[in-house]
Amino acid sequence: MNRLDLTRRLVARLDHQEAVIGGIGNTNFDLWAAGQRPQNFYMLGSMGLAVPIGVGVALAQPQRRVFVLEGDGSLLMQLGALSTVAMLAPRNLTIIVMDNGMYQITGAQPTSTAASADIAAIARGAGLSQSSWAGDEQDFERLVERALRHDGPWLIAAHIDGEPSPVQTERDPARIRDRFMRGVGAKQ
Amino acid sequence: MVSDNSSEQPSWHAVIAETLKRNQVTLVTYVPDRVLAPLINRLRADEFFTVVGTTREEEAVGIVAGAWMAGMRGVVLMQTSGFATLPNALASLAVPYQIPVLMIISERGTLGEFNIGQVMVCRTMRPILDSIGVESHTITRRDEVEFIVDRTIKQAVTTQAPAALILSPLLTGGKVL
Repeated sequence: MNRLDLTRRLVARLDHQEAVIGGIGNTNFDLWAAGQRPQNFYMLGSMGLAVPIGVGVALAQPQRRVFVLEGDGSLLMQLGALSTVAMLAPRNLTIIVMDNGMYQITGAQPTSTAASADIAAIARGAGLSQSSWAGDEQDFERLVERALRHDGPWLIAAHIDGEPSPVQTERDPARIRDRFMRGVGAKQ
Repeated sequence: MVSDNSSEQPSWHAVIAETLKRNQVTLVTYVPDRVLAPLINRLRADEFFTVVGTTREEEAVGIVAGAWMAGMRGVVLMQTSGFATLPNALASLAVPYQIPVLMIISERGTLGEFNIGQVMVCRTMRPILDSIGVESHTITRRDEVEFIVDRTIKQAVTTQAPAALILSPLLTGGKVL
């Protein structure tokens, strides 16, 4: 599977102004490439904090569904956050992990998922029982649809190729934040 | 001298809780700390607050940042050594995105510290805050708690800037052997 393709498939299914948090690097670059919705937040630093940011949005707006897009390297940096998500059990939160087994953006050095670590199993061990691997693109769409219709928290992991993003997100943090706040109605 | 049992004045933690409430700070994230325990326990017991214990201080900052962007005010509670894990999260998230992450830090490492590790870490705290331009105030007196907490929250929110409140052992009694 391919990250940009999966991101486009996710975004195409969002029709209720769902919030999407794009983690550092190619994950948010591909979210940018998939179409710049006002409810998208692009994380340009703070590696590992996409899940916590998504948790904060989910807590503040329990009626809005929140999707977090994260890479394997980033998630591994902040694994404790998975146990916090399980403890809080926000019904409106879905974590999508794009696992290419490498730190692609820094030169494709392998992550531990390339050797032995299993993201969905780690998540289940942290208490996120609704965690699974997407077998292919159709399965990914099925899992997204389930997350849109039924109570979470959900974690969907997907093995992806090593393709970098074709574009980079505009690096204007204040503008990104302001646009997101207006997009989710936190600011008029 | 610290006198939480005095009947004349409310305790420092009672004043902080009330001031957070008055400023609509409803979300509290924390990594536990002995000195902050009475504040954490007070907030946990109050239904007004949503209180989340996290595994790391960075995570606590991320949650408060996300909540702010979705319309909910929050505060992060930690001790000095926890703050030392935060420069990247503050310098690459809270500061450039202009997110008013409010931090309350119980100060370890000074005024009778017994752990040399805490002493060294404490010396890094204010230089880090200063170097990334995050305003901080050290609270030493109970009669100043309300004013400093209240004004710091208001300034953080209106100027969209993170802020740090350092609770001195002079206020809290600190932690001793």
